[in-house]
Amino acid sequence: MEMLSGGDMIVRALEDEGVEYIFGYPGGAALHIYDALFKGEKVPHILVRHEQAATHAADGYARATGKPGVVLVTSGPGATNAVTGIATAYMDSIPLVVISGQVQSHLIGEDAFQETDMVGISRPIVKHSFLVKRVEDIPATLKKAFFIASTGRPGPVVVDIPKDLTHPEHKFPYEYPESVSLRSYQPSSKGHSGQIRKAARMLLGARRPVIYAGGGVIQGEGAAQLTALARRLNYPVTNTLMGLGAFPGTDRQFLGMLGMHGFYEANMAMHHADVILAVGARFDDRVTNTVSKFCPGAKIIHIDIDPASIAKIVPVDIPIVGPVSTILEELDKQVMQQMEGAERALPDESSLNQWWQQIDSWREAHGLWHGRRYGESEAIKPQDAIQALYQATRGEAYVTSDVGQHQMFAAQYYKFDYPRRWINSGGLGTMGFGLPAAMGIKIALPDADVACVTGEGSIQMNIQELSTCSQYACPVKIINLRNDYLGMVKQWQDMQYEGRYSESHYAASLPDFVKLAEAYGHVGLEVRAHKDLLPAMEEAFALKDKLVFLDIHVDPDEHVYPMMVAPNGAMKDMWLSKTERT
Amino acid sequence: MRRILSVLLENEPGALSRVVGLFSQRGYNIETLNVAPTDDQTLSRLTVTTTGDDLKIEQITKHLNKIIDVVKVVDLTEGAHVERDTLLVKVRAEGPQRDEVKRTTEIFRGQIIDVGPVTYILQLTGPSDKLDSFLQALGETEVMEVVRSGVAGMARGEKVLAP
Repeated sequence: MEMLSGGDMIVRALEDEGVEYIFGYPGGAALHIYDALFKGEKVPHILVRHEQAATHAADGYARATGKPGVVLVTSGPGATNAVTGIATAYMDSIPLVVISGQVQSHLIGEDAFQETDMVGISRPIVKHSFLVKRVEDIPATLKKAFFIASTGRPGPVVVDIPKDLTHPEHKFPYEYPESVSLRSYQPSSKGHSGQIRKAARMLLGARRPVIYAGGGVIQGEGAAQLTALARRLNYPVTNTLMGLGAFPGTDRQFLGMLGMHGFYEANMAMHHADVILAVGARFDDRVTNTVSKFCPGAKIIHIDIDPASIAKIVPVDIPIVGPVSTILEELDKQVMQQMEGAERALPDESSLNQWWQQIDSWREAHGLWHGRRYGESEAIKPQDAIQALYQATRGEAYVTSDVGQHQMFAAQYYKFDYPRRWINSGGLGTMGFGLPAAMGIKIALPDADVACVTGEGSIQMNIQELSTCSQYACPVKIINLRNDYLGMVKQWQDMQYEGRYSESHYAASLPDFVKLAEAYGHVGLEVRAHKDLLPAMEEAFALKDKLVFLDIHVDPDEHVYPMMVAPNGAMKDMWLSKTERT
Repeated sequence: MRRILSVLLENEPGALSRVVGLFSQRGYNIETLNVAPTDDQTLSRLTVTTTGDDLKIEQITKHLNKIIDVVKVVDLTEGAHVERDTLLVKVRAEGPQRDEVKRTTEIFRGQIIDVGPVTYILQLTGPSDKLDSFLQALGETEVMEVVRSGVAGMARGEKVLAP
């Protein structure tokens, strides 16, 4: 058997696992590994400018490709800097394998230089973690890490490796296991047939059905199956912020996003539904509003890979645990069989027609563009900027976002027809996610258009990655919706704090983003008038080989609507504009 | 309602902290906790008593099962079971108290496992409520120190908790 050092084992294991890229940053405890990487030459390493960006880039890569993202950092500050990115991935169930260097075994616990208890510090935000104790265990531990990260409900796995275990002179036999089995971890591979039959019956008996699909449909590769089922039934579909793209955004049956800033028709349909099919969604507080007032007349079918997500917030009538893809496929078959075997037409045509009429009337009354049209003002509306982005990219781009108003506008106005195209930090809400995530995607998919929709607040949280984008020629397009305020904070201060803008304004100190982009070797374009919006957007995407920073001055007084009324509101209770509410 | 959850856990470093971390992180309560390796050295058995309604216990059980190191979880209070807690208590035993304490200990079928010039260490094993009653029955005796093992338990009959 081949004899390898621990450092070489890590590099070989990553090669054997088929890893395409490592995102990382070297440092003392990881130097043996980096030296092995230098000699290995097979797996390209992307050197970020801050470890947080390494995790976000690997995360973006994972979200766009479905493969686990790989991160390599050093001990202490390297590891703690990675923590925000790990928590981001954990909240959105994204598969990551994070390898952190650790101080030498004999120094652990002695407050050594750059020591931190990485396993301890990351414990609440990982699916699992390992502290490797013996060189011989490195290959099997990494195999387990990839297996755990990418199966079941995916999530980040930390592998902490003390420096002495990677020493080049200590060699041990290397063999990468073909497969792995863990007696304590056996993710379910299939849903309960009896439950699926019951669910089909309940679905077909519905008079006011809604399909509510979340990020689990995307991570679980169930978008095609969901679309097939929804089309067979002609039932309305709404997607969560994480689920956008799970059902085509331009489809007539699509009600738009639901929740806090969800579409009027989506929230109304949920509130008035009699049967809700929840798939890969977790009844997040941004969706339900006040739980006791959530969908009072609805029976709920809930499909999820994670049993702990079921009945966590809202009681469920038919729970089905397992992979969404196979369950949706079986559910579709059951629905088809029950439709064929039924004595009368199912689902009931006249009640479904009535339901669609009701939905259409909601759409007409307060649909997204109600009372406004594209380009009606000289000042650029942020919504129009997203619309222009959609046009310029023909709806085909990978769009990442940061967190705030721009994120909600992007989720509302860019219509995602495919899964894995809308990439944002939904659960943790991490500002600074957008640019590194876009970088990870562009590296994985160099031919795709990749846009990072951001604001001048968020972009500055990881702006140093403009340098990484130069080094690896990552021509992403940064769509900076600049309103000179922390926009979402300002919106809340407008609505709930009588316009007291506590620490949300910094216009005088903002950099010249055009010059800043140029300083890093990129192209910067400033857009101030609506007439220049679409041309600038088209110019940016025409510059195939250039990162373009579009600094778009938008109306700072714009709010995101609809917005659910809180506290004590139901889903149907929404602000529709600054003056109208339901 | 009081529940006894029995958990089979991989005997790995850090496994226990994941279980304990889950309880604190999600705001669940731990009343007693007992953990030790089983006859199979690769496995630890952990017994935790907690309180909560059915919904909460279901969530705790589901979250415990999600921990990769957890092999199996059972709620012993769902069926017939036995439970034992062990109490060691050091009391001041002087003058007439010396006999009084001895008698009370015998009534509860406890043992005196250490005899000092002015102290006893008493040992009592049983369900938690019996131990509570014993401490109460000691009455005016000065209790100097108390330690309890926490509840350990098993289902009655042929049901077993095994990997």
